[in-house]
Amino acid sequence: MKNKKFRSNLITYGIVIAAFVIVQALQNAGRLSSLMTGMLVPICVYVVLAVSLNLVVGISGELSLGHAGFMCAGAFSGALFTNIVKENLTIGPLRLVLAMLIGSAVAALFGLAIGIPVLRLKGDYLAIVTLAFGEIIKNVMNIFFIGQDSNGFHFSTKDQFSLNMEPGGKVLLSGPMGITGTPKDATFLAGVILILVTLFVVLNLMDSRTGRAIMAIRDNRIAAESIGLNIMKHKLLAFTVSAALAGAAGSLYAHNLATLQAKKFDYNFSILALVFVVLGGIGNIRGSVIAAIVLTALPEMLRGLSNYRMLIYSVILIAMMLFTWAPRVLEWRERHFGRFLGKKIKEVE
Amino acid sequence: MKNLRKVLCVTMAAAMTTALALPAAVFADDTFHIGMIGPITGAAAIYGSAVANAGQLAVDEINEAGGIAGFQVEYTAEDDEHDAEKSVNAYNSLKDKGMQMLLGTVTSAPCIAVEAEAAADNMFLLTPSGTAVECIQAGDNAFRVCFSDPAQGTAAAQYIGEHGLAEKVGVLYNSSDVYSTGVYATFRAEAENQPFEIVEDQSFTDDSNKDFSTQLLAFKDAGCELIFVPFYYDPAYLVLGQAADMGLETKWFGVDGMDGILSVENFDTSLAEDVMLLTPFSVSAEDELTQNFVAKYKEAYGEEPNQFAADAYDGVYIMKQAIEQAGVTPDMSYSEICDALKTAMTEIEFTGVTGTITWDASGEPTKAPMAVVIKNGAYELMD
Repeated sequence: MKNKKFRSNLITYGIVIAAFVIVQALQNAGRLSSLMTGMLVPICVYVVLAVSLNLVVGISGELSLGHAGFMCAGAFSGALFTNIVKENLTIGPLRLVLAMLIGSAVAALFGLAIGIPVLRLKGDYLAIVTLAFGEIIKNVMNIFFIGQDSNGFHFSTKDQFSLNMEPGGKVLLSGPMGITGTPKDATFLAGVILILVTLFVVLNLMDSRTGRAIMAIRDNRIAAESIGLNIMKHKLLAFTVSAALAGAAGSLYAHNLATLQAKKFDYNFSILALVFVVLGGIGNIRGSVIAAIVLTALPEMLRGLSNYRMLIYSVILIAMMLFTWAPRVLEWRERHFGRFLGKKIKEVE
Repeated sequence: MKNLRKVLCVTMAAAMTTALALPAAVFADDTFHIGMIGPITGAAAIYGSAVANAGQLAVDEINEAGGIAGFQVEYTAEDDEHDAEKSVNAYNSLKDKGMQMLLGTVTSAPCIAVEAEAAADNMFLLTPSGTAVECIQAGDNAFRVCFSDPAQGTAAAQYIGEHGLAEKVGVLYNSSDVYSTGVYATFRAEAENQPFEIVEDQSFTDDSNKDFSTQLLAFKDAGCELIFVPFYYDPAYLVLGQAADMGLETKWFGVDGMDGILSVENFDTSLAEDVMLLTPFSVSAEDELTQNFVAKYKEAYGEEPNQFAADAYDGVYIMKQAIEQAGVTPDMSYSEICDALKTAMTEIEFTGVTGTITWDASGEPTKAPMAVVIKNGAYELMD
C-alpha cells in the first residue's frame, strides 16, 4: 500500500517535471508561441491554487468559497513588499522568494483568523461564511491607501489626499487602482518550483498521521471525536496550510502583471478555483493539476473561434462534469474500460 | 481509474504539445497589421465593441481609398473581458498573428499590464481610451488619443472656476473605480486654486450603485450649487432620476464617461436637461468629418457612435498619418516600426473627429477640452 502510494506520488511529480522539460525544450527551440509563453506563469498559479483548495475541499471535506480572498491577501502583501524594497534589493529571484514567503505568511494569518470562528460551522453555512469573508478581504483591499515618504508609511481608507504625504512621497497602494509597477519577477521556473513545493506539502500531509486524522474527521466526525482526535485543531491546520499556499500563488500572480487590483479576486474567482477542484476530482491532487492546466489554457486556445469560445468552454465544463461524476457515465466507463480499471472505480465510489 | 488517467494524461500532453508547436501565422509583407484589444464581451463590452467597430470602419475606409502609402491594412480585434491577465494573453495572441502596431487597450487597468509587455517588446501602442496616467508610462512606445484622468479632473475644475458656474461644489464619485477616483483626485487638487469650494464629497462602490439617497441628501444639506459626477453614465442616469424625485435643484457637471447618457433605453432625457459634460466628441458637431463618421457608423452598426468609437476612429487615422510621416513599410519588424513612429508622433498635428491634437515624447495628447450642455435631448456646445 505504502509503495503504491509512493509510486502514484512519483508519477504526479514526474508529470510536472516532464511538462517543465518539454516546455523548456520547446521554448529554447523557439517553437513556443508568445501566447503560450505568456500563459506559463498564470497556469502555474492556478495549479497551486487548485491543489491548495483541494486540501480544504477534498482532504478536509469542507466547502470553502472564499479561496480568492487568501490569494488576494498574499498577492497584495507580496507586491507591497516588492514595491517597498525594489530600489534597494535588485536581485529578482531573491525578492520573489521573500515576497512569496511574506505572501503565504500573511495569507496563513488570515486563514487562521478566519478559520477559528468559521470552521465551527458545517456544510452550507460554512460555504456562505467563507464566501462572505472572501468578499470582505477583497473590499478591504479595495479601500486601502498606503503611501511612503521620508517620514515613513502613511495609511488611509478614504483617498490619497488623506495620506498627508510630503511632496515626492510615492503611493504604494492606491485603493481601487491597486498596486501598479510591480517588477516582473515571476518566471516559469519559479512557478514550477512552487508547484513542486505545494505538491510535496500536500501529498506528504495526506500520508502523514495528521493527514489521516484529517481524513478520518471528514469521513466520520463523531467516530473521530470518540477516539480523541482534536477536531478543531486538525481542521484549522488544513485550512491554514491551504490559505498559506494560496497566498504564495497570489504573490507569484502579482509578480507576473504590472497591475494588481482587488477586483480580480471576487467570488467568481473562488468559484473558478472550485471548478478546477471539482472537475479534476475532489480529493484527487493529480486531477486538480490537470484540470487547472486544461481549463486555464483552453479558453485562450479557443481564441480563434471568437465569441463561440464561451459556448464551447461551457459545453466542455458540462461534459467534464458528467464524465467525472455522473453515475451512468461511471457505469459506462466501468463497462468499457473495466479491464484497465478493475475495481478502482468501485473503490472511488 | 489510474490507467485511464494515464491515457488521458498522454492525450492531453499530446494535444497541448501540438497546440504549443503551432507555427505563428505569417502575414504577407505588403500589409500593415494593426491589432486591437478591448472588452468585447463582459460588463464593459459596450466600450470595447465601440472601439472594435470604429477601428474596423476606419480601416475599411483607408483600404478603400488605397491604403496607407499604397499598402493595405489588416485589422484584428481581440477580446480581453476587461481583465488584465486576459488582456496580456490577447496581446501575446496578436503578436503570434504578426501584429505590428497596437490600438489599445480600451480600458485602463488592462492597459497598464499590456503596456508593460509592449514596452519590453518595443511595440507601438496607441490607446484610444485608456485614461489612467500609468497606461502609457512604462516606456516611450505608448501614446494616447483621449485625455488622461488628471487632465480631465484639472480641466473640469478650471472650467467650473473660470466660468463661475458655482461657489459651493459637491463631488460624487465611484470609490471602487480607477477612472472615477483618478478624475476626482486631480479635480480636488486643482479645486484649491479655483474660486470655488468643495463643500461635500460622497462616494459609492460598484456593489452599491443603485440607491443614492444618502449621498444626495448630504448634498442637499450642504447646499451644493453644482455636483461634479466623474463616473460612467450607467449609474449616472439613476442619480439624476433619484435627485429629481427628491427635488434636489442643482447643476450637474460630468466628464467623458457621462457621454452615452442620452442613449440609455427608457431614460427620460428631460432629466438630463442642462447637464454639462466635458467630452472630446459630440455626435451633433457640424463639421464634415464628424458628420461623415456619424453617418457611416450609423449605417454600419445601427447606432450612434459614442466617444470611445470616435477615439478609435481617430486612432487608426493617427497611425496612418504617423506611418506616412515616418515612411515605414510593412516589411519592417514591429520594433523598427515603433522606433520610427515614436519620432513621427511628436512631429505630426492631427485633426480628426475629437479635435486637433499634438503629442510630446511623453505620449500625452495636447488638445482643447470641449464642454457641452444637454439641451432638448441633444448636445449643445458651451463656450
